[in-house]
Amino acid sequence: MKIAVCVKQVPDTWAEKRLRESDRRLDRESADGVLNELDEYAVEEALRLVEAHGGEVTIVSMGPERAAESVRKALSMGADAAIHVSDDGLAGSDALATSLVLARALDGRDFDVVIFGSESTDARMSVVPAMVAERLGWAMLTFAQKVDVDGTTVAIERAGDGETVSVRASMPVVLSVVEKINEPRYPSFKGIMAAKKKPVESLDIASLGLDAAAVGASGAWSEVADFAARPAKAAGTVVTDEGDGGAQVASYLVEQKLI
Amino acid sequence: MDWTDDGEHADLRSGVRQICADFDGAYWRGLEPDAYPEAFIAALTRAGYLGALIPTEYGGGGASLTEASIILEEIAASGGNPSACHAQMYIMGTLLRHGSAEHKQRYLPAIAEGSLRLQAFGVTEPGAGSETTRISTRAERTPDGWIVNGQKIWTSRAMYSDLMLLLARTTPYDECAKPTEGLSVFLFDMRDAPGLTIKPIRTMMNHNTTEVFFDDVRLPHDALIGEEGRGFRYILDGMNAERILIASECIGDGRFLLERAVAYASGREVFGRAIGANQGVQFPLARAYAALRAADLVRFDAAARYDRGEACAAEANMAKLLASEASWAAANAALDTHGGFGFAVEYDIERKFRETRLYQVAPVNNNLILAYLGQHVLGLPKSY
Ligand SMILES: Cc1cc2nc3c(=O)[nH]c(=O)nc-3n(C[C@H](O)[C@H](O)[C@H](O)COP(=O)(O)OP(=O)(O)OC[C@H]3O[C@@H](n4cnc5c(N)ncnc54)[C@H](O)[C@@H]3O)c2cc1C
Repeated sequence: MKIAVCVKQVPDTWAEKRLRESDRRLDRESADGVLNELDEYAVEEALRLVEAHGGEVTIVSMGPERAAESVRKALSMGADAAIHVSDDGLAGSDALATSLVLARALDGRDFDVVIFGSESTDARMSVVPAMVAERLGWAMLTFAQKVDVDGTTVAIERAGDGETVSVRASMPVVLSVVEKINEPRYPSFKGIMAAKKKPVESLDIASLGLDAAAVGASGAWSEVADFAARPAKAAGTVVTDEGDGGAQVASYLVEQKLI
Repeated sequence: MDWTDDGEHADLRSGVRQICADFDGAYWRGLEPDAYPEAFIAALTRAGYLGALIPTEYGGGGASLTEASIILEEIAASGGNPSACHAQMYIMGTLLRHGSAEHKQRYLPAIAEGSLRLQAFGVTEPGAGSETTRISTRAERTPDGWIVNGQKIWTSRAMYSDLMLLLARTTPYDECAKPTEGLSVFLFDMRDAPGLTIKPIRTMMNHNTTEVFFDDVRLPHDALIGEEGRGFRYILDGMNAERILIASECIGDGRFLLERAVAYASGREVFGRAIGANQGVQFPLARAYAALRAADLVRFDAAARYDRGEACAAEANMAKLLASEASWAAANAALDTHGGFGFAVEYDIERKFRETRLYQVAPVNNNLILAYLGQHVLGLPKSY
């Protein structure tokens, strides 16, 4: 089974994130870059699937030079090879452009399964996996909390609000996974050492045969027109209970249109 | 404060840090006074860090000493206490260099995989102290193996290790031409050694150290590592690695203490300004930082020489001396910076203060390092 896992480098989840005045984009330099946490679950699931069924795992990432650190981290967990798409012309790509680039990088390589984390901690849109599936014309199984492979059939348990749904599709298939699916392994010492020697294929806009105008800021369908800092937290309202505390809280909630 | 500027090892550092992130200050505090960090050791072993120095043909990581030292440094810098596992890294070298092919095949793969722990190193004795050649634990050869009698002290982790590397006299001191002769190294399984009694010693920090009594303990012939009578040499061979690794732990301790102190000094306001603006607070931290960086350079120099197979005794000894003094300077400065809060257990400052103090005394006292430098590096007359 040939599995690809799409991963993204994001600013450290715990770091204060800022938008840049100059181009109104996320200032990625101001925080350490880390492998998007949910993507670790995707890598782990891919590794488990090939451990059980045989095959190989390829990491696919679009991102600036320094995203190579996150690619290596995924390789150090045990993936076999990687494809890193990097090009100055990709800066400012929106979800549509990102999905175009990823789909082009994935297409024609005989992958049976492509796995994504269900969202990235910086953008939180959760749309790229479905867009990639649509562009490839493959089946899409989203929000998997359990994956089973039987021959060429992939069955998942899809996490919902209070219920789970069983969904099945035939390969090739795109999956997105949620945190519940597994416990990602730590990169091992040997994995870290081996990752330095694993093949990483570098691609750019030209080698993917993409139209430069369709990607990056120029190809974006949306644009940040303006932004403002989050307003400072206002002091809370303190309700002093003099026998009518419950009623006061209730009327506050009614005022706020919460009940 | 950027310590991790060595791009070459960035992945290794972040790999170790990722494990350590799951074992925070509360975890280490919760182990006090004397519980062994089982879960941490298991995670570290599973990810192959404890077996890093074991060659790949035995299932280990094939790490350089530089890489191993970075592993221990990062554990300490995260606030963890690498003493729970450092011995596995440095005593294994004796087995590797002097053990027979059969010894290595029997033990190394199991140690690498984590099913066997080699964490105990029995050298020091109450009657000998720093003068190792005066140890009196005796191993006598008999037709069916060795019989060991005597006592060790400060044998750390003996309760949590399967194997012990033991230094014992096989020829009495008075019958040897030189004091360094007549000592031999043994490797044996403590789980199967009737006559062995282990008693924990309570110490200032959580170190799981013990006294070990040998009462007619029988060891098989092949417990002997290398040649009979050459044990002192074998132990000395491992000293450089040990000193470099201990220096690295001190560097990690110092980083932890300084990072905490700098954050606290920048945030705590008294008399209307951050306490770190006062030179009385700032300068001790700056001085400790400079000392740590200098010690770190000597440590990397020593480790690089070791990895190239060059002589490095002077550098390894200096690294341990300088790093243990620098981390102690950082500990004092961090405690002063935190004022009363430094004494509160939940800040982890007092714990690291206790942990890092050890390294001026053990595994070798800094006085003996100075004596080594004086005599062997500077060529001054022998002092003892
Ligand atoms: C927590 C802990 C863990 C340990 N773990 C281990 C272990 O796992 N295995 C093991 O074998 N040992 C272990 N040790 C023992 C440690 O290596 C010894 O404590 C150390 O080598 C010093 O020996 P000593 O305590 O007998 O001190 P002594 O030799 O009695 O020295 C006491 C003082 O006198 C000074 N002194 C002695 N001779 C001279 C001299 N010629 N010139 C100048 N000053 C001198 C020393 O520097 C020191 O300040 C451990 C010790 C501790 C405290």
